[in-house]
Amino acid sequence: MTIGLLRRAFLLGAGLAAALSGAATAGEYSLTVDPVTVDTGAFTRSGIGYNGATPGPVLRFREGEDVTIRVTNNLSEPTSIHWHGLILPFEQDGVPGISYEGIAPGETFTYRFPIVQSGTYWFHSHTGFQEPDGAYGAIVIEPTKREPFRYDREYVVQLTDAHPHSGNRIMRNLKMMPDYYNRKQRTLFDFLRDTREQGFDAALSDRSAWGDMRMMPTDIEDLQGFTPLMNGKSSAQNWTGLFTPGERIRLRFINSSAMTYFDIRIPGLKMTVVQADGNNVLPVPVDEFRIAVAETYDILVQPKEDTPFAIFAESMGRTSSVRGTLATAEGQKGDIPDLRKPPLLTMADMGMAHEGMDHGAMSMAGGTHTMPDGSAMKGMDHSKMAMPVGAHTMPDGSTMKGMDHSTMDMGTSDPFYAPGSGLMPTAANGGKFLSYNDLRTQKPLYPHREATREIELRLTGNMERYMWSINGIKYADAEPIRLQYGERVRFKFVNETMMTHPMHLHGMWSILDTGKGKWNPVKHVVSVAPGTTLFMETEVDAPGQWAFHCHLSYHADSGMFRKVIVEGGPEGKAAALPVKTEG
Amino acid sequence: MFTRYAALSAFSAFLLASPVSAEQLFWGIQAEQLEWRSGEGSEAFAWDADAFVGTDELKVVWRSEAEYATGPSSFETLENQLRLQVPVSTFFDAVAGVRYDSPDEGPHRTYGVLGLHGLAKQWFEVDADLYLSEYPSARFEVEYEGLITNRVIFTPSIELDIPLVDDEATSRAAFGPKLEVGGRLSYDLLDRAIAPYVGVHWERTFGKSGRLVRAEGEDDDVVSLVVGFRLMF
Repeated sequence: MTIGLLRRAFLLGAGLAAALSGAATAGEYSLTVDPVTVDTGAFTRSGIGYNGATPGPVLRFREGEDVTIRVTNNLSEPTSIHWHGLILPFEQDGVPGISYEGIAPGETFTYRFPIVQSGTYWFHSHTGFQEPDGAYGAIVIEPTKREPFRYDREYVVQLTDAHPHSGNRIMRNLKMMPDYYNRKQRTLFDFLRDTREQGFDAALSDRSAWGDMRMMPTDIEDLQGFTPLMNGKSSAQNWTGLFTPGERIRLRFINSSAMTYFDIRIPGLKMTVVQADGNNVLPVPVDEFRIAVAETYDILVQPKEDTPFAIFAESMGRTSSVRGTLATAEGQKGDIPDLRKPPLLTMADMGMAHEGMDHGAMSMAGGTHTMPDGSAMKGMDHSKMAMPVGAHTMPDGSTMKGMDHSTMDMGTSDPFYAPGSGLMPTAANGGKFLSYNDLRTQKPLYPHREATREIELRLTGNMERYMWSINGIKYADAEPIRLQYGERVRFKFVNETMMTHPMHLHGMWSILDTGKGKWNPVKHVVSVAPGTTLFMETEVDAPGQWAFHCHLSYHADSGMFRKVIVEGGPEGKAAALPVKTEG
Repeated sequence: MFTRYAALSAFSAFLLASPVSAEQLFWGIQAEQLEWRSGEGSEAFAWDADAFVGTDELKVVWRSEAEYATGPSSFETLENQLRLQVPVSTFFDAVAGVRYDSPDEGPHRTYGVLGLHGLAKQWFEVDADLYLSEYPSARFEVEYEGLITNRVIFTPSIELDIPLVDDEATSRAAFGPKLEVGGRLSYDLLDRAIAPYVGVHWERTFGKSGRLVRAEGEDDDVVSLVVGFRLMF
């Protein structure tokens, strides 16, 4: 009785405090969508922002509140805002043609939805190429309950890849010439170097193996020539977060890039990953981590010395980087490390390791070369293989038969890359690089149960035509994926392309299968590396229709996209689906 | 001329009737060659360019090839083609269209075009066309972009044009082929939009066609130095 009263009094107090602290904006927010100027230092161009700036403001919500967000479109074209990672009624999800009509020029659209989660998220336009052009901002949701970690200070660190070309122009150039932006192609000089190092025959057969497929091992970033920004600032502009030595700092990393994966490190500091995609994970101390497009990671650091630390984000293809600084005083600059050598894709990334895991067909990351048919490698003595990489469990575990683990160095392996992949990440200091395999949820959101069915989604494309699709079918030609309310669907992603695809399902959580059962991490983006198969499960608990797509802007736009329709649902909650033409 | 308009209107009708209205339309303009040719006793301005508009599934391409001599100023060759391109495999498109030749001297000719356009193994860009009329011919073009660096590019090219019947009015005889071999060294000056180049262009007419060319008082074997720009928008 007393406890009940106390609790009620406490709740009342908390509610009152909340109401007072946010009196001016309690649950009410306004955003304007504006034409802005993007100035990266390297170039200036027109773009799109929120409340007059790109990135837009950090929206701070509280778990449990009902938010009202008025969005006024000051552009001369339609727009939309999608609340990335937020669980909400589908009409509020902000995808034109799926959730609603979009927001016409001059119109104000009012979003209303309850905040039912906490953590780090972001928002962006889901119209055309407005997002690559600058239409994004961050969302931070304070939890109602105390978090399982403490910190003294926090910063949002939002990464983007500003490009001098507009999104429409980029798309057109890629369609005209898919390697338009690839300025890291192998040249005559690379051939001469390889000839010197490996001999003429090896260098030539390697070139001919790739030429046979009409693919490029340098094809890691479709879009080079961008200037990476950290909270809107380039390396020279040096975004700075102040700290007092000894403080614990929470950094909320958000990758709002159109196309770019980043490898992030803070030389001199161990980072502890505490949250992935807004959900708490068991803390993992790491030296470096890779953030896929549209993912978020929250990390804690505790710098003890009175000295600046660089927050360094290097693009996965090593074509560009951005440095910000954790500083004890304004004006300090962390040292910018050199870019590491660009990786090269291997035959493993071409999916050669898929078929029965023929190790003869694998190319070692060290750079020895194999024929696509694997014939050149027959009779290899596995015990003598130098395997600087060598993850040997596919997530499905099925391709492991007959492997002799004892001869493998598992030190830096990541099972979420094809064994022998050229993209296998390693930490710059030789230490720990975060893997999906390290992520364990703190608190499962759902009871663990068997999936009710499996849906296979092959990630497909034609690089030469710059066409991207799912199961070989572009969005424009595809039927929606129909799910039943209440089922638990197991999605099987088979990446048949040479690119890495960050797959994002709207409206429902993506439970990434890392083989940890109920402790599998709960995400909103799962990155599928080339030549791999990855599984995620989704509790289908959100009626309505939703978008499901690769979050690389130019892949999504050219067809790696699906509409998901969730049929059925509890009385009154089931969506009254608009009777509209599909697509 | 009429056939060109017919093809164009057929294309627009197809577009309008296309069931996938959401299909995006792309366009582009490329000039592989836009150059000054300086050979033995012959100076000419030449281009080989195309422009396209279309979708992943269907493109309409306008291709133009010409040589404008400066001795007495005249178009020695002027070809315009309107081509429809449809993907038929991962790397190849089927081509159908019309070609209209209108040099200043000699008869004007109209052909139907059937062909393949695409990327062969080892990165060879290939065009294989059959030109259909009462004077049919076949043409095979191959081009390769050799990267010296990522901006300095050497582009060898071969074009072989084979008349299938005699057409004396245009100095061509059955199976007397005309061969064009080129090598151009370019530098990507501004993105991929403008790339100035220098190079060599060799034209040789073989067999009876060669005799017809010589009978006209022209050379059947010409080597030219070329200076020009590659353009892409």
